[in-house]
Amino acid sequence: MRIDLRIIDQWIKPGSRVLDLGCGDGTLLRYLTDHKNVHAYGLEISPAGIQACVAKGVNVIEQNLDDGLKNFDDDSFDTVIMSQTLQTMRYPKAMLAEMTRIGKEGIVTIPNFGHWRARLQLLFKGRMPVSDLLPYEWYDTPNIHFCTFLDFEILCAEMNLEVVDKAVVAERSRGKGLSQLNPNLFGETGIFRVRK
Amino acid sequence: MANAFPENSVGLVRPEVFHFDTPLTLANGRQLAHYDLVVETYGQLNAAKSNGVLICHALSGHHHAAGYHTEEDRKAGWWDHYIGPGKPIDTNRFFVVSLNNLGGCHGSTGPQSINPETGEPWGADFPTLRVRDWVATQHRLMQRLGISQWAAVVGGSLGGMQAMRWSLEYPDCLRHCVVIASAMKLSAQNIAFNETARQAIFSDPDFASGHYLKQGSQPTRGLSVARMIGHITYLSDDGMGKKFGRELRSGSFEQGNEEPVEFQIESYLRHQGNSFSKTFDANTYVLMTRALDYFDLAREYNHDPVAAFRNAKSKFLVISFTSDWRFSPERSREIVNALTRAGRDLAYAEIESPFGHDAFLVPNQPRYEALFRSYMQGISI
Repeated sequence: MRIDLRIIDQWIKPGSRVLDLGCGDGTLLRYLTDHKNVHAYGLEISPAGIQACVAKGVNVIEQNLDDGLKNFDDDSFDTVIMSQTLQTMRYPKAMLAEMTRIGKEGIVTIPNFGHWRARLQLLFKGRMPVSDLLPYEWYDTPNIHFCTFLDFEILCAEMNLEVVDKAVVAERSRGKGLSQLNPNLFGETGIFRVRK
Repeated sequence: MANAFPENSVGLVRPEVFHFDTPLTLANGRQLAHYDLVVETYGQLNAAKSNGVLICHALSGHHHAAGYHTEEDRKAGWWDHYIGPGKPIDTNRFFVVSLNNLGGCHGSTGPQSINPETGEPWGADFPTLRVRDWVATQHRLMQRLGISQWAAVVGGSLGGMQAMRWSLEYPDCLRHCVVIASAMKLSAQNIAFNETARQAIFSDPDFASGHYLKQGSQPTRGLSVARMIGHITYLSDDGMGKKFGRELRSGSFEQGNEEPVEFQIESYLRHQGNSFSKTFDANTYVLMTRALDYFDLAREYNHDPVAAFRNAKSKFLVISFTSDWRFSPERSREIVNALTRAGRDLAYAEIESPFGHDAFLVPNQPRYEALFRSYMQGISI
C-alpha cells in the first residue's frame, strides 16, 4: 500500500460515501471498500484504469473530469478524493470548488513543485525539473498545473477552504526527516484534507 | 461432423418450445390465455442453479443467439462472438438462456400465430406489448427452468431496457444487470424514426391493414424500406463513409455517359432491406418498435429514475459506444447518474467505436470484449 493511500485511509470514516476523482486502477477504492466498508465510486478516463477497476470489482464511471461534475449533487458524498490528479486538470481551482461542493470534505494529493531538487534543477541547470516523481518532459507532461505546497495552501485560503489536516510524504530522496521541518522544500507529496 | 464448428463455439444447438397455459394479463389490460416461447440454452445449469444468464434480444433479434442449427449451417447466432466457451459470456461457467420474445416471429406466439378465438392468424389484432410484458413472460420461463435468481440479465438496446425492467420488477431475481447501448426512454427523434419505418410498412398495399396473412400477401416492400431506415440509424456517418464512401456499384459520371448510376450504399441498403423483409414479420416489427417507443423506465415512479433505481438490488454494467447516435452515450450517462444517485453499484464505460448503434453486436473490438469479459468473470456463481 502506497504511503499516501495509507494516510488517506486514516481520514476516511468507516461506512461513509466516497468519490474518488481520477481513481486510476482502483487500488484505493478496493482498499477502502474492503477495510472501511465505504460505499465508493471512482471516476476515471483511461480505458486501462477502467478495465483494472472492473477486474477489481469496484464501482467505476468513465468520465472526463475536465467536462465538469455537474452530474453530482451538493454534499452527496462524505469525502471526495483527488489523488495525484489536480495538477492534470484544465481548471484546478474550479475543480477544487466542485470537490468541496459535492463532498463534505475533500482530500487532495499533489506533487510538490517546490521540492529542493526541482528548485536546484531550475536554478542551476536552467531547465524544467524532471525527476523519478515527475518523469515527464515539459512538452508531454499530463501535469499542466503545477504548484508548491505553499501555493496550494494560499489557494485554499483564497477560496475560504479550511485545511483541517495535512501530511507530507518524502520517501524517495534525501531529506525525509527534514520534510516535517520544511515541507515546502523537502516534501515530495502533500496530502491535504480540506473543508468549506 | 461436429468438429467443423469453431472450437470456441457452443456448436450445434436446438431450439425448444415452452408452452405456458396460465393466462397472462398484459400491461394494456388484455389477456393471453396461453402462449409459446421458443428458447435456446447454452452451457450447463449448475447444481445450485446459480449460474443462469438471461439474454434479452433487441428489436429484430430472436432466440438464436449462439451456435449453429445444422451441421451444414455456417451462419452462427446473432451474438455468437460474445457467447461461447471462453467468450465474454462464458458457457463454461454460465448457463445461458436466450428466447424469442412474445410477439416475435421466430416461433414464439405472435402476430403470425393463430388467434384461438377466430381460428385465423392474429395479424394486426395481436395485443400491443410493453417491455414489462416480456419481462413477465421471461420471469415465468425462469421459474419453469427451476431458477430462482439469474446471475445476470444481459441486453443491448431494447434488450437493455428489458434488463433494467427486470432489476425493478424482480429485484431479488438477478444479481447483475448488463445494459449495453440502451436508454431509459426514447427521444422524440428516436420515436420519429420508428414512426417513419411503421408508415413505410402501412403504406404498402400488401400490408392490408395488418391482415396480409389472411389474404396471402406479404408487405415486403414496406418492411424493406422500414428496415433501410432503421439500418441507417444503426450505423454511424463515419462508419458508413469509411465502408462505402461515394463508391459506385455501376454507371459512371463520364461526360456523355447516361448509364444509370448506382452508389454502393444504395445497393447495400436495398440488399439489407430485401433480405430482412423475407425473414421478418411486418406486424412484429410494428409491435417491437412500439414497445421501444412506449418504454419509459421511470413513468410509474413519478418520472424520477433515481426513485426507480432505488428498488433495484443488482449491480450494473452499463456500456455505450461513442459513435452511437441512436442510443447515444448521453442516454447511458443518464442511466449512470440515476444509478449513482440511487446508490447502486455499477461500472460504466464509453467504448470508442466507429460502428454506431450496431457496435454492441460487432466482433473484434478489443476494449469492449475485454471489459465485458472481465465484468462477467467477476460474477460469482
